[in-house]
Amino acid sequence: MGKLVEIRWHGRGGQGAKTASLLLAEVAFNTGKYVQGFPEYGPERMGAPITAYNRISDEPITIHSNIYEPDYVVVVDETLIKSVPVTAGLKEGGAVIVNTSKSPEEIKKELNFNGRVYTIDARKISEETLGAYFPNTPMLAAVVKITGVVPVDVFLSSIEDSFKHKFANKPHVVPKNMEAVKRALEEVKGNE
Amino acid sequence: MAKRVSLSGNEAVAFGMKQINPDVVAAFPITPSTEVPQYFSQFVANGEVDTEFVAVESEHSAMSACIGAAAAGGRVMTATASAGLALMWEMLYVGASMRLPMVLAVTNRALSGPINIHNDHSDTMGARDSGWIQLYSESAQEAYDNLIQAVKIGEHKDVQLPVMVCYDGFITSHAVENLEMLDDEDVKKFVGEKRIAPFALLGQDPVSMGPLDLPNHYFEHKRLQAEAMKNAKKVILEVAAEYEKLTGRKYGFFEEYKMEDAEVAIVVINSTAGTAKHVVDTLRAQGKKVGLIKIRVFRPFPAEELADALRNVKAVAVMDKADSFSAAGGPLFAEVRSAMYGRVDGKIVINYIYGLGGRDVTTAQIEKVYADLFNAIETGKYEVYNYLGVRE
Repeated sequence: MGKLVEIRWHGRGGQGAKTASLLLAEVAFNTGKYVQGFPEYGPERMGAPITAYNRISDEPITIHSNIYEPDYVVVVDETLIKSVPVTAGLKEGGAVIVNTSKSPEEIKKELNFNGRVYTIDARKISEETLGAYFPNTPMLAAVVKITGVVPVDVFLSSIEDSFKHKFANKPHVVPKNMEAVKRALEEVKGNE
Repeated sequence: MAKRVSLSGNEAVAFGMKQINPDVVAAFPITPSTEVPQYFSQFVANGEVDTEFVAVESEHSAMSACIGAAAAGGRVMTATASAGLALMWEMLYVGASMRLPMVLAVTNRALSGPINIHNDHSDTMGARDSGWIQLYSESAQEAYDNLIQAVKIGEHKDVQLPVMVCYDGFITSHAVENLEMLDDEDVKKFVGEKRIAPFALLGQDPVSMGPLDLPNHYFEHKRLQAEAMKNAKKVILEVAAEYEKLTGRKYGFFEEYKMEDAEVAIVVINSTAGTAKHVVDTLRAQGKKVGLIKIRVFRPFPAEELADALRNVKAVAVMDKADSFSAAGGPLFAEVRSAMYGRVDGKIVINYIYGLGGRDVTTAQIEKVYADLFNAIETGKYEVYNYLGVRE
């Protein structure tokens, strides 16, 4: 079987973690991969903790359960670290990617996690490029870079096409979103 | 040319409906089926289909409007789930009894109470004796493929019955995954431009349908209805063969996965079959002779064929994602064990009720079932009625 990558997203309702997981699925699909992107639906409301998942593989994927032992965990809202066991089941050799202004070392201590920790200040990037807080675009770019599920150059052209399609009615926001993507690719940092 | 796409189950079904381009869709929204009529109503609003979309005030009305349109000779589709299907109940029987081909896409969801929006099969399993053909789908691909085949199966002159296409709520309906879609033209050619109704309220020889059927005729009509369901078995396979020619994807009454030399097998429906296939592969890699049968056609029930497929196993676990509260196992278990009786006796046949109300079904749970089966063979000791993944 081809290498299967499993990713678990933690966010809060309204922040776009579900959308980001679907975008990642789309990006991987566009490079010829087999994909799954699915949220775990609960009593959803703005601000409540939500979970979303991705499976990405070179082979067809038949498994349809939630993901309990992910290769990567993405935390879209760092306040969740206090209330949700975000690293639960995370594979040894796996990594966690957190949206925070803190350093990987600080987050590593908060998580009490021994593996690789990456941080990205998606709020700052989003506010400076898009003029508002839409963390999922920079988070998506950081996840692509760290997981390597898609080569970065392929991702850049694919995501630009997606933005052009998504923002067909307001093309002026496409360059701003692309800037957010490029900054995230540069600014995500780890403690390897 | 088929097109490679990534879609959710609901998107796949809505796009399939668009390609089929039915005459009438009457629908009322309910989670997790809502997206189907939502997307489809956009196609109607954009003029991408010729369909008359009837927005109704309840599912009872949705099915009633579908029945009226089908009785008039139209090609008719709708979608629902859970309590929506339950509210259609009376009219489900009417539609089947009037021998009206319609296609109903059901995103399987638990029935209340208490209210639960998540997946199990209590909705369509409850409707199993309504006279509808039932096709079940492991994935978005299968939901799409079943939808297209359903039109042709139901409208066949020897069948003339409505068809439910069932797929798991959220797990399939809301998960995006890879699938292949046919070209619009190929779908049109496969299902035919228009439904040809042998009898209808409208047309050259209008008939009146379904007003009253007293003891001197009712029984004969039921007997004919039962015969139509028998005929459906032949037609389902014919349509599948034709579909395979078009797509390369093979469909039958059920799928046998690594059954050739299997000592133990699981019989299961819908998305859990995919998770179980993953477990079969893992256990096969360890040298364990495990197999799986995934039921696609539950009505008509392929009793003889299924018994034959289980001829060489020593132990079978039948998995029900619905409880019938019969104190004697779930609905699939009752059917499978009854199918085996007198045909392939002397097997261990056990039942698991699992995944009710969206309880996640994990590979560990499926591994436990296979382990239980091997243990039953070894020790001769086992429970027939089991619950899987529940806190006792």
